Amino acid sequence: MPAHDVLIIGAGLAGQRAALAAADAGASVAILSKVHPVRSHSVAAAGGINAALNPEDSWESHAYDTVKGSDYLGDQDAIEVMCREAPDEILWLEHAGVTFHRSPTGHLGTRAFGGASAARTYYVADITGQAILHVLYEQLMKHHETVDRYEEWFTTTLLQDESGRCVGCVARNIRDGRLEAFNAKSVILASGGAGQVFKPTTNALICTGDGIAQAYRIGAPLMDMEMIQYHPTTLAENGFLITEGARGEGAHLYNALGERFMEKYAPNKLELASRDVVSRAEQTEINEGRGFPDGTIALDITKVPRKRTLEALREIVNIGKDFAGVDITREPIHIKPGMHYIMGGVKTDVDGQTPIPGLYAAGEVACVSVHGGNRLGANSLLDTLIFGRRSGEHAAHRARGVAMPKAPASVLADAQGEIDAILTRPTGGRRISQIKEELGETMNQYVAVYRDAAGLETALEIVRRLKDEAPNAAIDDKGTIFNQDVLAAIELGYMLDCAEAIVVAAQERKESRGAQFRTDFPERNDAEWLHHITISLNGDGPEKGVAPVTMTRWEPQERTY
Amino acid sequence: MAEYTLKLRRYDPHTGEAPYYEEFQVDLEPHRSVLEAILQVKAQQDGSVGIRCSCRAAICGSCGVRINGRAGLACHTHLDKAAKTGVNADGRTILVEPMGNMPVIKDLIVDMDAVHWKKIQRVTPWLLAKEPVPEREYVVPHENMVDVTQTMACIQCGACVSDCLSMEVDPLFVGPAASAKAYRFVGDPRDAEQFERLKDLAEDPHGIYDCTHCFNCIEACPKGVAPMSQIMRLRRVASGDHHIEDRNNGSRHEHAFVKNIRRNGLLHEADLVPDSYGGKFHPRAVPELIASLPIVINGLRRGKMTPKKALLHEHKAPKEVKRIFDVVEGRDQRYELNLYISGTEDDESEAQA
Repeated sequence: MPAHDVLIIGAGLAGQRAALAAADAGASVAILSKVHPVRSHSVAAAGGINAALNPEDSWESHAYDTVKGSDYLGDQDAIEVMCREAPDEILWLEHAGVTFHRSPTGHLGTRAFGGASAARTYYVADITGQAILHVLYEQLMKHHETVDRYEEWFTTTLLQDESGRCVGCVARNIRDGRLEAFNAKSVILASGGAGQVFKPTTNALICTGDGIAQAYRIGAPLMDMEMIQYHPTTLAENGFLITEGARGEGAHLYNALGERFMEKYAPNKLELASRDVVSRAEQTEINEGRGFPDGTIALDITKVPRKRTLEALREIVNIGKDFAGVDITREPIHIKPGMHYIMGGVKTDVDGQTPIPGLYAAGEVACVSVHGGNRLGANSLLDTLIFGRRSGEHAAHRARGVAMPKAPASVLADAQGEIDAILTRPTGGRRISQIKEELGETMNQYVAVYRDAAGLETALEIVRRLKDEAPNAAIDDKGTIFNQDVLAAIELGYMLDCAEAIVVAAQERKESRGAQFRTDFPERNDAEWLHHITISLNGDGPEKGVAPVTMTRWEPQERTY
Repeated sequence: MAEYTLKLRRYDPHTGEAPYYEEFQVDLEPHRSVLEAILQVKAQQDGSVGIRCSCRAAICGSCGVRINGRAGLACHTHLDKAAKTGVNADGRTILVEPMGNMPVIKDLIVDMDAVHWKKIQRVTPWLLAKEPVPEREYVVPHENMVDVTQTMACIQCGACVSDCLSMEVDPLFVGPAASAKAYRFVGDPRDAEQFERLKDLAEDPHGIYDCTHCFNCIEACPKGVAPMSQIMRLRRVASGDHHIEDRNNGSRHEHAFVKNIRRNGLLHEADLVPDSYGGKFHPRAVPELIASLPIVINGLRRGKMTPKKALLHEHKAPKEVKRIFDVVEGRDQRYELNLYISGTEDDESEAQA
């Protein structure tokens, strides 16, 4: 049985940053991921990473923009930590080798992004996530003596000792089907979001809410789960992301009448208002009949000089060409709001600690909460890195005062029993793919940009029915080597837990704030709802709770852009 | 909607049986991707079909496969295009096989660790930062960062490795992906050990001079990294800027080509071998010439060359060739094979239009 001071589950930006920080602090580290680390979904982050590094900018300004963007639901102490530490993190990345864009003088250059009062987004063309992820992996290869990598291992369950401490996990080696118990003094969840709960989504197929559900199942509370970000510019047909960098570079949005409609909704920031505002504006235009016949809006990137587009937005030039048949340097591309990010997740403090001793969470799986009701573009990479690092450091320090746990052998037998139960399911039930499809379409219909009580009630009924059906969903593959069927069955269970928490939280919040817009409660209501909603597992079902919003210096104000 | 036949190469490692082909019918619009077709098969017909995939948008690099014999990303290949290309193209059948040059684990899944990632490890794939590390960022030219962005665009999908002909002949060849990774540091002004990196890759008999310019990696790469171009740039920097004369004779061999064409217009092979070793009478050339005698004799016997053609060469480079040399060599700056700097052919022709 492997045993490490710090075990990290998930190897995107948060996980890799945590691993490097924990190793740097002297801990023995394992990083475990169901895909090869460079396949992690952080790779798809396009536009950039925010930091007030420019001497004329200030972290306070960055923090205020983030608080306002969050619709005052973000915890201001955590936001202060993130924005204060952002400049040093950018420099750390730069020194590690990230090929950030330079200004003509050779210094770091920035681009504008939504909801920000200064151009403070650092970037590598429109492959910022990829560039950072691959550089972090370079560092993992460099530090192979201090960080053990378990690539293509699938976590089935988190382990707890009698006192409730999290002491490791059980994982299946995807390449041979072998189960292994990983003992660890501290466990950091960094396994990303749950975008696949929705269909379509900009998220990759691997984003199935594994970590959120794993933590929930051992009693960790989830927070802000109702806050689902719909990105303003996703391709109509398949939900692929068109980076906010396009609007940052100067692209405009038009309805079918040729009106630059953002003038109406955000007269000052126009297309660069925060994402919830732009998505809602688009959806309103579409709902009121001013969209194109295929239910879309036009994003006009021809406003950006062609040479600049080819250099700084090359990835979306390719996406337009390959996946929509459109040359974005010559004609507008049709887009609509699409599910992109979950602000909620496993509740943590600013060091990544969850209420379960020994369990940390960082990145999209976590909810610190720095994004509150709505995340600003280019703040998610920052979130992963800052809180990944802080979790790694804190977990390493904690490990010094804790004895190495040893899981009883029975945990493997239990986990094997669960897998055997999947393998021996009778055929003939609904297919996993059918249940997943119904889930995704349900969520996208009822738990999207606009919500109401009746729709949420319908969504909850369907999710609960699917939860009943899922344990009988048939699988075809009975093998041990790369059995993706059995993994899909486990992932489906994770997704359904996440979906239930999302819907229950959305039902609970009877107001409109950030990404949650209730047509039956269209106003923000600070008197009753300026607090987080938490969801914890109680027996078989979700139990609602509340947590206060931490405010340090910014009182809630009316939010206009 | 249109109907396609997906012909998948299957391999079930549990049975120990040889790989076999299985056909599936799918019904999808022609502009949908091969990956979507495979996922439809998995969802509706057979969940045991093995393929790595995640993002569906050509950014995660998981779904490298061979489609009608050519390596690429399944998510990045349209069904109609796939059905129209390849050996047995009939507009309807699409053959999907695992990538080459790597052991197959199951169905379309190959062991990238055994080959691809080993080779990446081989090139010291991390920045060896210049000292002292500045308090703020390294100040470096904008152009250099744009330049290395092309190799940073590599998503490690392995398509280039799959179709590398040199690696087929020499499995130890460092290969296209790792070479591109090496350029990412050699082209990065923040790296302190560019000479050492180049010296290492030039002196390695399986290093940068092992590439035979077949262009397969450029064709295969879904991200425009053009690994072969990066190999050529490594050679130019090694030989031209750092004057590394490698023991493989790679550098001199390249110079011999240039000299040969400048002089003859067309390649005159009889001069090439001796010139690669410093001229006919260079001590190093003599054993090489003797060693190449069997090849020469074979060529004579089969009539591929005659003593007259070999020794009394009549080519003389026409003026146009000389002019090309003058123009290229007269430039202040080297012409770099980098689409982020020079644009693609499309970009340029359209920009002029």
